[in-house]
Amino acid sequence: MTDTAAPAAPAARPSPVRRAAGFWASLPLSGRVGLALVVFWVAAAIVGPFLAPYEVGAIVAPDVFEGSSAAHLLGSDYLGRDVLSRVLSGARYTVGLALAAAVLASTIGTALALTAAVSGRWVDEALSRLMDAMISIPSKVLALVMVAAFGSSIPLLLLIAAATYVPGAYRIGRSLAVNLNEMDYVQAARARGEGRFYLARVEVLPNMINPMLADFGLRFVFVVLLLSGLSFLGLGVQPPNADLGSLVRENTSGLGDGALAVLMPALSIATLTIGVNLLIDALPGRARRVQGEP
Amino acid sequence: MALTLALILRRLGAAVLTLLLVSLVVFTISSLLPGDAAQETLGQSATPEAVAALREQLGLNQPAPERYVRWLGGLVTGDPGRSMANDLPVRELIGARLPKSLLLAGLTAAVSVPLALAIGILSAMFRGSLLDRALNVATLSMVAVPEFLVATIAVLIFAVKLRWLPSLTLIPEEATLGEMLRAYALPVMTLCFVIVAQMARMTRAAVIDQMSQPYVEMAVLKGVNPVRVALTHALPNAVGPIVNAVALSLSYLLGGAIIVETIFNYPGVASLMVDAVTSRDMPLLQACAMVFCSAYLLLVLIADVIAILANPRLRR
Repeated sequence: MTDTAAPAAPAARPSPVRRAAGFWASLPLSGRVGLALVVFWVAAAIVGPFLAPYEVGAIVAPDVFEGSSAAHLLGSDYLGRDVLSRVLSGARYTVGLALAAAVLASTIGTALALTAAVSGRWVDEALSRLMDAMISIPSKVLALVMVAAFGSSIPLLLLIAAATYVPGAYRIGRSLAVNLNEMDYVQAARARGEGRFYLARVEVLPNMINPMLADFGLRFVFVVLLLSGLSFLGLGVQPPNADLGSLVRENTSGLGDGALAVLMPALSIATLTIGVNLLIDALPGRARRVQGEP
Repeated sequence: MALTLALILRRLGAAVLTLLLVSLVVFTISSLLPGDAAQETLGQSATPEAVAALREQLGLNQPAPERYVRWLGGLVTGDPGRSMANDLPVRELIGARLPKSLLLAGLTAAVSVPLALAIGILSAMFRGSLLDRALNVATLSMVAVPEFLVATIAVLIFAVKLRWLPSLTLIPEEATLGEMLRAYALPVMTLCFVIVAQMARMTRAAVIDQMSQPYVEMAVLKGVNPVRVALTHALPNAVGPIVNAVALSLSYLLGGAIIVETIFNYPGVASLMVDAVTSRDMPLLQACAMVFCSAYLLLVLIADVIAILANPRLRR
């Protein structure tokens, strides 16, 4: 028969552009501001360095701590380098490192949480005790101890930031997974003899993705604040590389003149983190942000 | 009463156990040093004999578990070893700095707690109003601002432009109250900025949680005025969660202090710890880390006990 031809497929799912437009329309004003800021900084991190008007390390301005001019939109820094170029390159370090560390922390935290939920009581108990102990170490203190022990090269900083925020992701993930684990459909799957890995992957994980994504956004903010804080103390990203925190640190001597070189990197970090916070807060069905920094 | 006491003792026991685990974590991380502390201290040009002697002196020849037990014993008896950088007892170094840090934390708490409670309760009472939404966006943004930005801008405005306050916290030996206030104004303001926002958000959440309970609906339906509902019906039941929120936010102060003490050159434990990281002074660093962790656990414990005392249902 010829009239069994499948109906046109696109009707089932609106195009990505329409879905994006719908998402935009569903956000309150604060969420739109947040989304715009996030998109701006991610774009800056990806293409910014290509658009930078000058070489990052090149001394190009005639004077240090210049104000804004046509040649140097954000003025010059303490050595006479172009601040705009340095902020664009710093944003790549800050966003890239924080993104990688937050992905790592959330993935490991979720994986451990699933393991704890579907394994026996002893695994759960041991993991939870250890993570509770790690959470009782304030995150900056934990990071400082690790920096002192291991050093602060860029790969190490990434691992340190990830390790610092695994326990928080674990705690959220475990409470989600333990609740889901008691659901009837999981019990049914267990009763029909599915293995632990199957239960974790097929029955529990898909239902905890959304809250974990919101939590991932928060963890990203924490990592940005932690890493730029470390860099500001001179214990994070080391010269000649510089993230936004290092830029604030190296230009503090210009503070007395209110130099753009010290204000712009600091404002960049703030707009990035505020943007993510506003966006997450506006997401429908977001994980409630009752707890502060874990 | 006996039940309450038993419950509190159980919490105390759990806190001590956690602290023990924390010490294990801190010790493990700080002894995973890829290099050798003795070699590190003396530098590349040191003779093998000198390195061996220092290793002996630091007890690095013993196996790790033995060193851990000795270190833990030292912590408990109040002797956490000698600082490697300046060869002074760690206890003396921390002892000199701790009162200063406690003073800073105390002042910050005294300013931030009432302010945050007022903001949180107000926005919970007028939930959904313009005031609530404005406060929501404001606190949400404040939480995300790094301390060093707040500090830099505060210094720029109050110390550089207006010249009202000193940009470094130098505490004179004999200070009048006015001088003290001026010296502490900037660090306290910076610490309060982030903490107030966080505490206010958590307080709001706790009060709103109570406001959605049936007994509050009952009170509203029988015509009690909204302010009275919030203050005399919901608030007493929200004390536990609020105290918890306060404790968690104040523990954030511990991390914030690390940046703030360094910026304002404030002689507290946090800046001591940053120095210890820079000079890789492990005994000092470990002891400082334990001070911070104990402070955190103590705050959480106090909040737990107050919550138990405030809510009879938790005693069962």
